[in-house]
Amino acid sequence: MTETSWPLWEVFIRTRNGGSHRHVGSLHAVDATMALHHARDAYARRGEGVSIWVVPSAAITASDPGDRDLLFEPAASKIYRHPTFYEVPDDVGHM
Amino acid sequence: MLGSSSALFGYLLRLGDNALMLGHRLSEWCGHAPVLEEDLALANMGLDLIGQARSFLSYAGEVEGRGRDEDALAYLREAAGYRNILLVELPRGDFAFTMVRQLLYAGLTQRLFEALATSRDSTLAGIAAKGARELAYHVRHAAEWTIRLGDGTEESHRRTQLALDELWPYTGEMLEIDEVERTLIEQHIAVDPAHVRPGWEQALSEVIRQATLQLPNQNWMQSGGRIGRHTEHLGHILSELQYLQRTYPGAKW
Repeated sequence: MTETSWPLWEVFIRTRNGGSHRHVGSLHAVDATMALHHARDAYARRGEGVSIWVVPSAAITASDPGDRDLLFEPAASKIYRHPTFYEVPDDVGHM
Repeated sequence: MLGSSSALFGYLLRLGDNALMLGHRLSEWCGHAPVLEEDLALANMGLDLIGQARSFLSYAGEVEGRGRDEDALAYLREAAGYRNILLVELPRGDFAFTMVRQLLYAGLTQRLFEALATSRDSTLAGIAAKGARELAYHVRHAAEWTIRLGDGTEESHRRTQLALDELWPYTGEMLEIDEVERTLIEQHIAVDPAHVRPGWEQALSEVIRQATLQLPNQNWMQSGGRIGRHTEHLGHILSELQYLQRTYPGAKW
């Protein structure tokens, strides 16, 4: 067994009950087609999905964990951005 | 003229034993595949085949009517009682060998099963229809790998061509028919592989072309597995496959 240098791929699956594709994990594959095959075997073999996306992990631009305060902290004090002050009439039910 | 139920029994053993042996060969990769992703893929395909073997052998036991279930047929026959083609009992070889074998076997068998899905025997038709869907994935997976290995590095090309050269003489047995098939073909229960052969050959040549490989230019074919004349390798498979059942008869988990 030799050390693999296959590129890493992120896997997104849309489940039977609809909604958007969700990130389920990552895997190594030689190219996009094989990444789809491996994704099917690793993440969809129990009938979890109806659609698979694979994206090269290298194509993802991630935020810097060091920027957490800068990016997210200001939102914490702006409670007016959360629509929690509205009285929901009983007749509306679950919103 | 063979009685139709003993012909059907023989036919089901052939189909079931092919799936059982190839499934076992794929299972041998578990924990040994080149990468984790492929380990899962091979185990999945192996399990598909073991599932098909269970269906065929259970039904075979029913047709035979002597009280043998799938386990009795899978685990308690002698080597000469197995009816699988030689192709599926050959050792797993390297990864190229495994992929080329899967391409050759699944390519033809998927087409055969698709045709069998309209068999007059509805149980057989049902097993075949499910199997065809599973094998379609095996074909695609094996074809993608064959193309990448054949058209890959010098070393991967060499090994893949070698695998094709070694395996090719074992493909003839997939196309053979004898009294067993002829009896059932007449009754629209079995399918003559000759009907699916042209489509298989065409699809296979396309993969071989893309993989920059050459189909061996030879017509002499190995034969014998279907009538119980096996290679030495089958005995080794059986010693592993049957060990538990023979040591602890009727063992339960």
